[in-house]
Amino acid sequence: MTISNQHKICAKRVSVYYGAKKAIDDVSLNFDQRYVTALIGPSGCGKSTFLRTLNRMNDTVPSARIEGDITLDGEDIYDPSMDVVQLRARVGMVFQKPNPFPKSIFENVAYGPRIHGLAANKTQLAEIVERSLRRAGLWDEVKDRLSDSGTALSGGQQQRLCIARAIAVDPEVILMDEPCSALDPIATAKIEELIHELNGRYAIVIVTHNMQQAARVSQRTAFFHLGTLVEYGATSDIFTNPRQERTKDYITGRYG
Amino acid sequence: MSLLALFLVVAGLGLIGWLTARMRAVAFRRGSTARFSSLPSHFGGYVALWTVLPAALFLAVWAATSPALVTNSVLKDPIAAQLPPPGFDRAAILSEARSLAAGTSFGAFNPLAEKLAPAYAVAQTQIDWIGTAVALLLVFATGGFAYTRVRPDFRARTKVEFVVMGGLLAASLIAILTTLGIVASLLFESWRFFEIVPITDFLFGTHWSPQVIDPADPGATLGAVPLFWGTFLIGAVIAMIVAIPFGLMSAVYLTQYASGAARRWMKPILEILAGVPTVVYGYFAALTIAPAVRDFAVSIGVTWASSESALAAGLVMGVMIIPFVSSMADDSLAAVPASMRDGSLAMGATSSETIRRVLLPAALPGVVGGVLLAVSRAIGETMIVVMAASGVATLTLNPFASATTVTKQIVDLLTGEAEFDSPKTLAAFALGLTLFVITLLLNIVALTVVKRYREAYE
Repeated sequence: MTISNQHKICAKRVSVYYGAKKAIDDVSLNFDQRYVTALIGPSGCGKSTFLRTLNRMNDTVPSARIEGDITLDGEDIYDPSMDVVQLRARVGMVFQKPNPFPKSIFENVAYGPRIHGLAANKTQLAEIVERSLRRAGLWDEVKDRLSDSGTALSGGQQQRLCIARAIAVDPEVILMDEPCSALDPIATAKIEELIHELNGRYAIVIVTHNMQQAARVSQRTAFFHLGTLVEYGATSDIFTNPRQERTKDYITGRYG
Repeated sequence: MSLLALFLVVAGLGLIGWLTARMRAVAFRRGSTARFSSLPSHFGGYVALWTVLPAALFLAVWAATSPALVTNSVLKDPIAAQLPPPGFDRAAILSEARSLAAGTSFGAFNPLAEKLAPAYAVAQTQIDWIGTAVALLLVFATGGFAYTRVRPDFRARTKVEFVVMGGLLAASLIAILTTLGIVASLLFESWRFFEIVPITDFLFGTHWSPQVIDPADPGATLGAVPLFWGTFLIGAVIAMIVAIPFGLMSAVYLTQYASGAARRWMKPILEILAGVPTVVYGYFAALTIAPAVRDFAVSIGVTWASSESALAAGLVMGVMIIPFVSSMADDSLAAVPASMRDGSLAMGATSSETIRRVLLPAALPGVVGGVLLAVSRAIGETMIVVMAASGVATLTLNPFASATTVTKQIVDLLTGEAEFDSPKTLAAFALGLTLFVITLLLNIVALTVVKRYREAYE
C-alpha cells in the first residue's frame, strides 16, 4: 500500500448495506491530512452513511453491513484486531444536531480525556479542557461558567462545545456531519471560521448540504449521488469546472 | 308510583319529545333550499334533553330528600309523641314502621311501630304524589318550552354540543369528587380518633398493641411509630433493595443491549409479571419465601428468626415492583435522545461507559421519579403483607425479625369484632389517613421530578 503514506484515510471499493438495501455502492476515496474535504450531494445520497463508516459508527446500526477496505494510516479499521475505542479516539465526530451531554461545560470537554485516561491529574485535565475550549473558540465565552450545564448554551455555542469535546482527545481526523444545519447564519459563520483554524492540525471531513459552505471551507470536494461517488477533486475544480454532467446539474441547482 | 317507574315514564316522554321535534324539523326542511345550522336529530336531541334532564335532576334531588319529608310529616302525628327521645331506640322504631308501611316486613318487634305504620303509609303516598306531579309538570313545561323553539333558524346543534360537554365534564369530575369524598370521610373518622387519642401519642408513640387499650390512656398503646418503621423497612428499604437494581438493570438491558427479538418476548413477560394478582405473590411469600428465609437465618446462626419476617415480605414485594421500576426506567432511558448515545460512542466510550456516564445520569430524574412512585406503591401494598408479614409491631432493624405494616394493621383492626366507634377501630382511619398523606406527597414529588426532566428534552 504505497498510497497510505500520502493519505490519512483510504477507502477502497466500499459498499454499505442496510439489510438488503445498498446505501453505498463501490466508493473509493482518499482523505489527506492537510485538507478539509467536503462531501456533498442531495439528501439520501449516502454521504452521511459514508462518513459514519470512517469511525465505524455504522456498527451501532444492527442491520448495517460493510464491504471493502478502509485504512487509517495504512491500518485496516475493520480488521477484527482493530480497537474501536482507539479508532474513535483517533477519528472524532461532530453531529448534525449539537449533542452536549447533560453535564457541566467542563465535564463535557473532560469526558473523552477521562475515558481514555489522558490526564494524570486534575491540573492536566483542566489544561486539556482549557486548550480544547480555546481551540474551539469558546473559551472566552464560557471561562467564567465552566460549571454551568452544557445544554444551557446557545445552539452555536453547543456545537462549538461538541467540537471542543471532540478535539479534547487529540484526534487525527474530525468527521463533521452537517455541523451547521441546525444553526443560524452567525453561528454558522463562527463554525466555518473554526474549521479554517483547525485545518492543517486535523484532517477534516465535512458533510454538508450547503454548497456555498463546501466552497468556503473545503479544499477537496466529493460529490455523491444515489450511493455512488460521481466526482472527486479540488473544490475549485468541482465548482467551476465539473467534469461530470450530474455534478454540474447539482451545483447549478438543477436538482437536489 | 315508584321512582323507577317514574324515571321510565319521563324517559318515554323524552323519546316522544325527540320524535315530535325531529318530525317538525324534517317538515320545515322539506321544501326549503336554505341551509340550516342544525340537523333534525339535533332538534330531537335538544327537545329530548330539555324534557328529561330537568325532571331527572328533580327526581334525583327528590329521591334524596323525600324520606326526610316523610319522616317529618309522620312526627307531626299525635302517636309520634309517645316516641322515645332522639337516639338509637327512636331510629329503630321509625325504621321498623317504615318497612311495615312499605310492606317489606310483616309484624313488628315494637308495638309503637305498628301504630305508626299507617301514618307512614299515608305520608309516603302523599309525598309520592307530590313528586310525581312535580316531575310530570316539569317534563311538560320544559319539554314544551323547548318544542316551541324548534324553528329553522334555531341553533340546536350548539346547544346539544354544550350539554355533551357538560356530560363529559361531569364524568371526569366523578373520579375527582369521589377522591374528595374519600378524603373527607377519612378526615372525619380520623378527627373522631384524635379526639380520643392525642395526635402526638399516635404519631410519636413507640408502643403499638391495639388489643389492649387502657380506657384511661388509650394513646399509650396506639403509638404508630413501629408501624411506620415496619412499612418503611419492608416497602422502602428491603423491597427497593430488590427492585431498584434488578429493575434498572433489566431496563438497561432491554433498551441498550437486547436485540429486537429478545425485547419483543421479554418485555411482555415483564408486563405479565406486573399483572399477577398481589394475593398470588402473598401465597408465594407466605408459603415459599418466608420458610426459606427463616431456614436460611437459622442456618447462619440467627436464633430469633421469625417465620413472618420483614425480609420475606420485602423480598416478594420487591419482585412485584421490579416490572414497575423497569418500565419507568425504560421510559426514561428511551426518552434520552439517541444523539447522546451516539455522541458518547463517537468519543470512543464503550456501551457500558456510555450507559454509566451519559445515559443513566441523563435519565436519572425520570428513574428517581419512577422509584418514588414504586415506593409509594410498595408502602400502600396490602395483600402481600397481610399474608406474609407479622401482626406484631416491633421496632427492629433486624430483617429476620417480624415486622408489620400500616396496611396490614388496618386490615387487622377492621376485621376484628370491635364496635365502630372504639379507639381501636378508629385508629384504622387515622392510619389510612397518614398513609394517604404520605403516598400523596410521594406521588406529587415523583411527578414533579419526572415532569421537570421531561421538559428538559423538549
